[in-house]
Amino acid sequence: MNVLVYLVPMALLLGLTGLTAFLWSLRSGQYEDVEGAALRILEDDDIDRHA
Amino acid sequence: MRESLDLSMFVKREGGLSHLDLAVEGIGCAGCIRKIEGGLKRIPGIVDARLNFTNRRLAVDWQADLLEASDVISALERIGYRAHPFEPERAESDEARYARWLLKCLAVAGFAAMNIMLLSVSVWSGGATDMTPETRDFFHWLSALIALPAAAYAGQPFFHGALRAIRARQLNMDVPISLGVLLALGMSVVETMSHAEHAYFDSAVMLLFFLLCGRYVDHAVRRKRKKVTAGATVYAGSISYSGALTMRVSAAGAGTLIDEVERLLARAVTSRSRYLRLADRAARLYAPVVHTAAALTAIGWLLAGASLHDSIIAAIAVLIITCPCALALAIPAVQVVASGALFRAGVILNAGDAVERLAEVDTVVFDKTGTLTLPQPHVDNAAAVDPDLIETAARLALSSHHPLAAAMAREVRDQIPYAGAVEEPGQGVRAVIDGVEARLGSPAFCGVAGAAGGSSESEPGTSLIAFAHGTRSAIFAVRQKLRGDAALVTKSLTGCGLDLHILSGDRPAAVAPVAARLGISQWRGALDPAQKIAAIEALQAQGRRVLMVGDGLNDAPALAAAHVSLSPISAAHIAQANADAVFLGDRLEPVRDALAIARRARALMQQNLWLAVIYNAIAVPIAVAGYVTPLIAAVAMSGSSILVTLNALRARRRSEDGRRVSATLGGADTPRLRSP
Repeated sequence: MNVLVYLVPMALLLGLTGLTAFLWSLRSGQYEDVEGAALRILEDDDIDRHA
Repeated sequence: MRESLDLSMFVKREGGLSHLDLAVEGIGCAGCIRKIEGGLKRIPGIVDARLNFTNRRLAVDWQADLLEASDVISALERIGYRAHPFEPERAESDEARYARWLLKCLAVAGFAAMNIMLLSVSVWSGGATDMTPETRDFFHWLSALIALPAAAYAGQPFFHGALRAIRARQLNMDVPISLGVLLALGMSVVETMSHAEHAYFDSAVMLLFFLLCGRYVDHAVRRKRKKVTAGATVYAGSISYSGALTMRVSAAGAGTLIDEVERLLARAVTSRSRYLRLADRAARLYAPVVHTAAALTAIGWLLAGASLHDSIIAAIAVLIITCPCALALAIPAVQVVASGALFRAGVILNAGDAVERLAEVDTVVFDKTGTLTLPQPHVDNAAAVDPDLIETAARLALSSHHPLAAAMAREVRDQIPYAGAVEEPGQGVRAVIDGVEARLGSPAFCGVAGAAGGSSESEPGTSLIAFAHGTRSAIFAVRQKLRGDAALVTKSLTGCGLDLHILSGDRPAAVAPVAARLGISQWRGALDPAQKIAAIEALQAQGRRVLMVGDGLNDAPALAAAHVSLSPISAAHIAQANADAVFLGDRLEPVRDALAIARRARALMQQNLWLAVIYNAIAVPIAVAGYVTPLIAAVAMSGSSILVTLNALRARRRSEDGRRVSATLGGADTPRLRSP
């Protein structure tokens, strides 16, 4: 059972990483326009710039 | 030129940049984003345009010295979209911040609940396998390590609410919630220290998680009713067609229409804020019942000879298991789903409780002008006149500020006014075109009075504009057209048992034909704002629940006085501000859809409350009997929450199809018309 001593903290750490990522995405306003984001990805205006 | 709106109150200025928020009509697909943003950004002076597709709002920034707000709106109109400025309420940023805080709490609670559940499931299954007591204790301590800080953070919305309530010597939902969470956590720590088998860390955090879900969606729909304070004359009095009229209204002193409206409003608004939402009514009942049940459980066990420890555990189990999730989650969920359905039907809610109040309506009162009819007058006989002549007349109309000229100007193809056009106030506009003087205005002004003769004033509600250019002349009949589907909508509203009225400020002679065409027998004309309120209050005194649909400055007090109110988006600002919801477009259909969706939503809310009652009827006796292990608590809580949320989602499925909406309104829900 000693394996738990480092596996459990690792699992928690991974979970915390996810939580931090969510809080970051929240702060940077990524949930302001959820429907729009789904549609903007279909636009091609970024292609010319990189071509 | 379209009517020159006074938009200055909507525009925010900062360091040479102007910012305007617009609600845009007619956005349907991905292409619209590009058309609008790309089209606007090509205009010199516009710095940024960003469309929020989710709420159909457009934020535009431009250089203040290069453009005016009206230029932006007319540019949008050229691209093909009608836009209406709106004033994001000052409180909105505060509310957005609160919503974000709730979301953070929700994220923390969700993270903690998932990780603790991981440990809890191990402990529960460990009971059947070979988990040693040491490992179980280790898992309990780990759970405590996650649960305590998470609850301290994510529980704040409830702790604050409970403290506020206790300080005010009141009970609200937050009090039993906070009590339950704190007691469960405290007891679990004690139990863990004494190496006990059960700890309720997962129940406490999961409770917080579900409740925060509910709190978050509830916050999304519930917006505080705006208070109209004295001196709030910052509203542009009315959507006026000419700059001159706006000035006159703002300069007016006491005793004017707007003063009267303000005074009536203050009274009407206070009379309606007494409405108590379904959820609040249930919550009032909830807190005392839960506290009593928990206390009785503890006392009962003590009297029966159980130890203090066991009695308290049973009481805490009651506090936790009477999970208010159905109350705190299911009703807000129905509201969110319903307001989404309303949004798709072209109705934007101003007040969070509007859905409930809409569902109770049994009487609909319409204003005429701008509500049953289209807001702007149209040239009725355009087809009968030579197109060239119309084009010349319409181009000339561009130089006039008169509302009838605005109707004329909408017929124009070429948006270029004639040079040297002169407006004669009250008479018309004249210009020299191709070397010959052209006149547009009253028949007398144009010298074609004789030609007007027979048709003039024969049809009430029609105004005549004459146009003369050299030897050629024409008479245009300008009038307010009914909304295309008005007759259909009023018919189906009557069909499902609603009582329809028209209360108009217009002349009775102008109201009568409209009422006749729509089949509305109860109508009154020539009413001032106070009389409109009196008429609505008389209806309400008979026990009717009145929906007021109106758009004008003179409707604002009536909108506030009615049980619930709707305005078209073209309405005067003060009318919109006092309406519970605003509908988009040139059709009246959203009014019918709104009623159908609201009724469906209310039925679902009541269903959910019953589900909650049934759940508690089963769960509470188990808790009182002392059989609630953490496993049972977890299953019961998540099971009931998922059940009511899924039920709430039905508000969406049924209302997406327009035909089904009207079927719902006309059929299944009619018997519920007068449900409490």
